[in-house]
Amino acid sequence: MARIDLEGVQHSYGGVEALQQFDLTWEDGGRYAILGPSGCGKTTMLNIMSGIIQPTQGRILFDGRNITSLATAERNIAQVFQFPVIYATMKVWDNLAFPLVCRDVPKEQIAKKVEEVADTLSLTHLLDRSANRLTADQKQLISLGRGLVRDDVAAVLMDEPLTVIDPDLKFRLRRKLKEINERYRTTLIYVTHDQNEAMTFAEKIMVMDKGQIVQMGTPSELFERPNTTFVGYFIGAPAMNVFPATVKGEHQVDVGGSTVTVAPNLSQLTDATSLKLGIRTEHIDLQNSSRNQDPDHSTLPFKIDRIDDFDTYKLVIGTASGHVAKIKVDRNQAVHPENLFMTFKTQNCCVYANEQLVEG
Amino acid sequence: MQINSGSLSNGGVDFLQVPVWKRNVAMVYQQFINYPHFTVYKNIAFPLRKQGLDRSEIDRRVRRAIEQVGLQGFEERRIQALSGGQQQRVALARSLAKSSQILLLDEPLVNLDYKLRETLREELKTLISSQFNAEGIVVYSSTDPLEAMQFGGDLIVMDEGRILQQGPAVEVFEHPATCRVAEITNDPSMNLWTAQLDGDRFRVAPGLDLPRPERMRDLAPTDYTVGFRANDIRIEEGGLDFEVELSEIAGSETIIHLRRGEKRMIARVEGVVSLQMQQTVPVKINTDWLYAFNSNQHLVHSPFGRTN
Repeated sequence: MARIDLEGVQHSYGGVEALQQFDLTWEDGGRYAILGPSGCGKTTMLNIMSGIIQPTQGRILFDGRNITSLATAERNIAQVFQFPVIYATMKVWDNLAFPLVCRDVPKEQIAKKVEEVADTLSLTHLLDRSANRLTADQKQLISLGRGLVRDDVAAVLMDEPLTVIDPDLKFRLRRKLKEINERYRTTLIYVTHDQNEAMTFAEKIMVMDKGQIVQMGTPSELFERPNTTFVGYFIGAPAMNVFPATVKGEHQVDVGGSTVTVAPNLSQLTDATSLKLGIRTEHIDLQNSSRNQDPDHSTLPFKIDRIDDFDTYKLVIGTASGHVAKIKVDRNQAVHPENLFMTFKTQNCCVYANEQLVEG
Repeated sequence: MQINSGSLSNGGVDFLQVPVWKRNVAMVYQQFINYPHFTVYKNIAFPLRKQGLDRSEIDRRVRRAIEQVGLQGFEERRIQALSGGQQQRVALARSLAKSSQILLLDEPLVNLDYKLRETLREELKTLISSQFNAEGIVVYSSTDPLEAMQFGGDLIVMDEGRILQQGPAVEVFEHPATCRVAEITNDPSMNLWTAQLDGDRFRVAPGLDLPRPERMRDLAPTDYTVGFRANDIRIEEGGLDFEVELSEIAGSETIIHLRRGEKRMIARVEGVVSLQMQQTVPVKINTDWLYAFNSNQHLVHSPFGRTN
């Protein structure tokens, strides 16, 4: 196991840039997800770490040791793909033992490790069975198990590993993966385009878009403080409400004629910057009064267009100071359309200059 | 498919005598089905050409359908060059252009990313209510209760080949006829615990009971199944201790699988909350929205009034 550093890495496929230059550290024992739409560079990132691709520029370090030029086989990286890869003619036991047999590990040690991993993955009762008779999820567990039997694995890289798994079993497998990470402290890096899967699985998520790392953070950081308006849209349903704004004062913006107080200092921003105010619906209250004595709150006038009935909540769709807004309210909350205002706290406002979060 | 018994008629016409292609029914499947080598325009026009409509009528209908699904500018694109959501819109446009009396949608959004599903769900509802305001029938099948509720209209709840309940969607949501309906029409499933009514408490397990809401004062002291939705659970100081089995994030909500002894339940809380597995959290259950089912699993008391 190791800490993995990528320094100044950049990659192009025949002149077309797939990954813009970046520095990045994967801490030893972390549970990570790489999230982004297809074509964003996720798989290129994995392939660079496993050695399937040599980066156009930059270095890769495992615990400080430069391994950039090492071949895949020498890197101690285990990979689990979308579809299970098993040795169909072998028994489950032999499938799990194979990586150790190849490395001439003593027999007793192999047996001990295979049994331990089989126990963790609930495969013990299948050890004597032929691998090709198993269900897709059992086969996928074997692929994963082969990555776990080795003590020297720096990281297990998984590329959409639950695609072939039934929804009911996905739940069990996600739980298993978390347990494994906690028990062995093996670094797990999980690639997916599914926000929910990433948010559920990972301690930290790397969001990628168009060959760039947009944000690396915990699920709640991505939700509460999206780095860009793209992350605000991509994470969470409904997406973050985003309103065009202009600078009104050091800590004030103007949204369609109403003043909103924000945390960051805006005095450095030039007139040319495109400014936006982002607020999650979860942080908005609807009230039938603009009276707002609390200095930590701001209000915007709200006009209802329609109300959509969901199961346990209603989505109120309308305009705030002339801009579209969606606000979730409890199913049992009455909404009176007259003199309606949305209220929210200063600390929950995100300010974006040219789509980038203004810190502060 | 042939039916074993019974009849199927449409406006008095025996449908069983009408071949499928003449039935004036349009269908959209889970897996977007398009002609991969055709352009968007040709995909939508194809069934109309087969119907032998004249060229200007075909053009009028295709352009209108393309506009309805928001694919203007994509007319000459090939299907492979489109995203999943766009492909499903093409399939939908093809069914709309046929101007069928009956539109069948079989889990049309299930294969799409959740972000797209969110947008298309909204668009579909608006689109269909504008096209099918008074005439025609739209049947939308789904495993997702949220979709069913948002779609509104009449809901038919099915399980293992049987119709369990039918009625307006809101009615089914407020008054699920049986425990099974309550499970199917809620995601996460409604939490259901067998309990014994003893005075003003529902005894669920040793050390675990729920106050009987005042509105249930007329219930006889016997065995029930009590039901409460995932969002009626709060993590709050002073509550009963539950162990976190797993917490999962869905959109902007956190779904928490909880356990106390043998009793399990699923909570849904607003926002993105991080919890560790095996962590103990204090939990309160809001009994304002508690349901009671009898020992035959039939609804006897709903928080929305009207006892069955």
